Amino acid sequence: MRILSSSVGRKILMSITGQLLIIFILIHLIGNSTIFFGPNGINAYAEHLHSLPPLVWAFRLFMLAAISVHIAYGVTLTLENKAANPGAYAVKRNLKASFASENMIWTGLLVAGFILYHLLQFTIKGTPDIVVGLDSANRPDVFRMVVTSFGNGLISLAYMFAMLMLFLHLSHGIPSFLQTMGWNNEKTIPAFGTGGKVISAILMLAYISIPAVILAGLLKL
Amino acid sequence: MNLTLHVWRQSGPKAPGKLEQYEAKNVSPDQSFLEMLDEVNEHLIKEGKDPIAFDHDCREGICGMCSQVINGVPHGGRERTTVCQLHMRSFNDGDTIYIEPWRALAFPIQKDLIVDRNGLEKIIQAGGYTSCHTGGVADGNAILVPKIAADYAMDAAECIGCGACVAACPNGSAMLYTSAKVAQLAALPQGQAEAAERVCAMTEAMQEAGFGNCSNHYECQAACPKGINVKFIAKLNREYQKALLK
Amino acid sequence: MILDGKCPKGPIQTSWDRHRFDLKLVNPANKRKYKVLVVGTGLAGGAAAASLGELGYNVEAFCYQDSARRAHSIAAQGGINAAKNYPNDGDSIYRLFYDTIKGGDFRAREADVWRLAQVSNNIIDQCVAQGVPFARDYAGYLDNRSFGGAQVSRTFYARGQTGQQLLLGAYSALSRQVKAGTVKLFARTEMLDLVVVDGEAKGITVRDLITGEIRTHVGDAVVLATGGYVNVFYLSTNAMGCSVTANWRAHKKGAFFANPCYTQIHPTCIPQSGDHQSKLTLMSESLRNDGRCWAPKKKGDNRHPNDIPEEERDYYLERKYPSFGNLAPRDIASRAAKEQCDDGRGVGPGGRGVNLDFSAAIKRVGEHTIRERYGNLFEMYEKITDENAYKQPMRMYPAPHYSMGGLWVDYNCESNVPGLFVLGEANFSVHGANRLGASALMQGLADGYFVIPYTIANYLAKTKPGAVTADHAECKKSVEDVKAYNNRLMNINGKKTVSEFHRELGKIMWENVGMARSEETLKDAIKRIPVLREEFWNNVKVTGKGEELNQQLENAGRVADFLEFGELMAKDALHRNESCGGHFRVEHQMPDGEAKRDDENYCYVGAWEFKGVDKEPELHKEPLTFENVHLAVRSYK
Ligand SMILES: Cc1cc2nc3c(=O)[nH]c(=O)nc-3n(C[C@H](O)[C@H](O)[C@H](O)COP(=O)(O)OP(=O)(O)OC[C@H]3O[C@@H](n4cnc5c(N)ncnc54)[C@H](O)[C@@H]3O)c2cc1C
Ligand code: HEM
Ligand code: HEM
Ligand code: SF4
Ligand code: F3S
Ligand code: FES
Repeated sequence: MRILSSSVGRKILMSITGQLLIIFILIHLIGNSTIFFGPNGINAYAEHLHSLPPLVWAFRLFMLAAISVHIAYGVTLTLENKAANPGAYAVKRNLKASFASENMIWTGLLVAGFILYHLLQFTIKGTPDIVVGLDSANRPDVFRMVVTSFGNGLISLAYMFAMLMLFLHLSHGIPSFLQTMGWNNEKTIPAFGTGGKVISAILMLAYISIPAVILAGLLKL
Repeated sequence: MNLTLHVWRQSGPKAPGKLEQYEAKNVSPDQSFLEMLDEVNEHLIKEGKDPIAFDHDCREGICGMCSQVINGVPHGGRERTTVCQLHMRSFNDGDTIYIEPWRALAFPIQKDLIVDRNGLEKIIQAGGYTSCHTGGVADGNAILVPKIAADYAMDAAECIGCGACVAACPNGSAMLYTSAKVAQLAALPQGQAEAAERVCAMTEAMQEAGFGNCSNHYECQAACPKGINVKFIAKLNREYQKALLK
Repeated sequence: MILDGKCPKGPIQTSWDRHRFDLKLVNPANKRKYKVLVVGTGLAGGAAAASLGELGYNVEAFCYQDSARRAHSIAAQGGINAAKNYPNDGDSIYRLFYDTIKGGDFRAREADVWRLAQVSNNIIDQCVAQGVPFARDYAGYLDNRSFGGAQVSRTFYARGQTGQQLLLGAYSALSRQVKAGTVKLFARTEMLDLVVVDGEAKGITVRDLITGEIRTHVGDAVVLATGGYVNVFYLSTNAMGCSVTANWRAHKKGAFFANPCYTQIHPTCIPQSGDHQSKLTLMSESLRNDGRCWAPKKKGDNRHPNDIPEEERDYYLERKYPSFGNLAPRDIASRAAKEQCDDGRGVGPGGRGVNLDFSAAIKRVGEHTIRERYGNLFEMYEKITDENAYKQPMRMYPAPHYSMGGLWVDYNCESNVPGLFVLGEANFSVHGANRLGASALMQGLADGYFVIPYTIANYLAKTKPGAVTADHAECKKSVEDVKAYNNRLMNINGKKTVSEFHRELGKIMWENVGMARSEETLKDAIKRIPVLREEFWNNVKVTGKGEELNQQLENAGRVADFLEFGELMAKDALHRNESCGGHFRVEHQMPDGEAKRDDENYCYVGAWEFKGVDKEPELHKEPLTFENVHLAVRSYK
């Protein structure tokens, strides 16, 4: 199919999968913030989520496909781009391109690395820091698990770093997907540029607030 | 004023190249950048050395022939200015100036600052036209084009095909150039019939010619001497989606 | 020899239609057997190659730039004329015809001009169909403006980039044919010789500007559309690569050169700023629609122009030509500007400039409107001069701009060498002794889209396709000759650079064969040019090798040709003992300083035959008759 091999077609697929990932991140953030309501909040939420296994798996497979496409094209497009520009200027001054836009592949891969670790940790529950157990209502005690893990300064820091990568990725990714979808014109281009940074910053701060609050001892077992 | 130049010298497509240093003395601020290089060349010839080869023709910013990266920016980074229109008053006495050719996989160097831009031709050949025949077309006023559309098309049509967008793009992509032509024709009633085929064919030709993919760095617009706006890339993307739905 | 333009007889209104019917046709199935070589991809060549390719001929197209789209047609700013009469202001084919004949000071052929006026309308339609974004009004109708020397609004334009947009239209049509496989493009390829076999043009010898390879391309006909030669003045509004080379080498192979002394000096160019200058930049004369030309009344008045009060300004064009005012034709406006400066009332560096003032227009319609109309020109002016023309007048001075002369062609655009066709600025045909604004673009496209496709068939139908092949003795000889010529240039190894010679030649030409010529200055030029040429062939230095990209060698060949051509130009100007249009002989003027024609003795086309370098060329005449527009003194008062 034309779209799978063409430059613009693949970009559009990246954009769509990127948007799906952003939607996931938004929902995940809302879900995660139930942690501020204590064990009853997040444990209820987690139980509720897992109540329909076929749906959970359908959703997981769908997201897996999305991120796979995103990663696969991210890597191939980046390789093509590197090949197309030998980058041999003795002096090169960029007027517009930013650190974020030039390092999408690295911030993206770091986020991917984080996700693997994160899955291993909270989904597969395979990392040493994990405490598995049930809460008083006989639900899996997600609250205890998270708070214990984030109590470890190193783990919290790793999360914060990952969120910083996510911020960089999205500060270019958000305006970029709008442009790729063509939802852009002369007036919106600068506005979306700023908007993208602001939204990614909010996302980053919101996500960071969880380990930060735990580390600061404001959210305790 | 006196300047120190570091100029990319390369005797042929396969030969290795390197930056060489030259002094430009008694440069007048009213001189254009190319006239400054002319003078350097006159001295080189008199010394029996090979003068610096560079592309140029109209020297008034319209033919798109001149192509030099000056201090890291194609055309030197003054807004809406080609190298040939750049005047020495934008520099200061004692400045060091780096002069390099366009660099991109699709633009192999032929000599010194001269590159091969044939890839850009291939993109237009793939579909940058309306397939009208000579003669036998309707009266000019039979096709109405509202001023807004005509102006939009004209904004896009200002592209001079210089390739600075490619040289500036971290991905060596020719999206700005391609989108300008796609957007021009897509804005006009005459261009509608072939719109879908055009956008697909032109972007494919871009890829085949070895240009990279656009990842929205917007570096191209910043370097473009005609200020071609990246909104045309968004337009191309829309046209592409329309084509996919067809 | 008396030349025959082969113009159709009978009523002019139907001349082209009747002629077209009389022309022979090539059977559609046979067209692909014929190969046509088109040199030049500007408006004329680009349109021709595209149209011929579309008809099914096998076309090879050549240009010296790296892309067909960069031909110097790209630089035209102002616009293109057509007799559409969309504004309903009384225009007609007849009026465009009449204006062009009169504007050319009665030195052009009536039939050619009629045809041009007739097909002008098709050109606009064609360009619109190609997607050329002409200016439109809000409802979507095409917009027109009036332009240098016309009292009707018949000029179509695309912002200040009309030539660019028209050329991109032709280029896109050409690209379409390249894709279709009917046209093969040879960019960065310069024609250096015409191959003539048994008296007919059958090929060209070219140099590949990248590899330096010299080779011959053979075809069944050759079309030259290689533009103008005013770079003979060194400083002009033409691109650096514009040359007389293709024309001159064809001339040396027998093609007659017609009216070389007819050159146009454009009134509104940015004045020279110093000796370093390599070219001059034109400011579209559409500026004269809103700008008023003036010089200070006092000599040597070097106050800032804004400080010179109204009553101390001389709006000389409005004063001298009340009905045309600032829109007087180019030759008149140019000479008037020169007069002011010669009188010591010029402005800017060296007193070589006059003011073009927009303050009145800005007051009348607002800066916004002026910006909309000419924004890019004001921007360009500021880039070059560092002055803001919204706040103070522009400075302008005349500069060589266009060549009305060129290779002689008959009504079919065919030169006296059968099979050699010449189009656009490269031929001499329609502009007489002076070209009106916005008519060169029209001519280029008319020749390319609507004339050559018909007339070339008439020649091809009479020839056997593929009769000459690349191994023909004439081709080999041509390659050898070109190689020898280039080797000679490379081996002089003297002390002066090519540009130095060009600059010196330019000085001689500008001072002696420029805007105002006299017997004395012309004789001086005829004496000095051969001396300079001699020095060139003994003392020029061309670095590098022939078998590589070598811009010095390219330029040396072009300047060598200018050094021969300049002499012919001066000779033509000397022999033409009258003033007409752009050719102004100071001996021949009216009491009020207007050009004084001599219709009794000079109402002809002067076509020169090459007899050898340093030999006297021979003059052939083609008498001009005027049956539809009566010979009259041209007056723009
Ligand atoms: C600054 C400027 C502004 C102008 N404005 C207007 C205007 O507003 N309206 C108007 O009507 N006219 C205008 N003119 C005039 C008009 O633009 C030209 O006369 C016209 O475009 C010439 O077209 P052409 O096709 O004959 O030649 P060109 O466009 O000059 O093309 C010449 C072609 O020949 C090729 N060539 C030349 N020599 C060789 C060789 N030896 N070997 C191979 N290829 C060769 C070149 O590569 C090029 O492709 C303007 C001219 C200038 C300079
Ligand atoms: C501080 C921030 C975060 C916290 C506290 C957190 C918490 C959790 C928890 C508790 C789970 C397991 C849910 C369960 O299995 O019941 C989970 C799953 C997951 N998280 Fe996070 N997360 C955070 C940030 C992120 C980020 C930034 C991403 C993506 C970039 C992410 C992606 C995922 C994914 C993909 C899953 C697996 C979902 C599934 O099981 O289907 N998380 N997260
Ligand atoms: C939670 C995870 C992620 C989200 C939300 C996300 C989001 C986005 C978005 C919105 C874009 C812009 C798409 C466009 O320009 O249209 C983008 C681009 C990109 N992403 Fe991601 N991404 C994620 C993970 C990754 C990963 C894991 C990689 C690793 C390979 C990656 C690599 C890239 C690259 C290279 C681009 C630029 C592609 C281009 O414009 O050519 N992303 N991402
Ligand atoms: S888009 Fe701009 S930079 Fe790119 S080719 Fe066109 S004019 Fe040059
Ligand atoms: S700089 Fe390159 S990445 Fe796209 S927006 Fe411009 S083509
Ligand atoms: S030389 Fe023509 S644009 Fe610079």
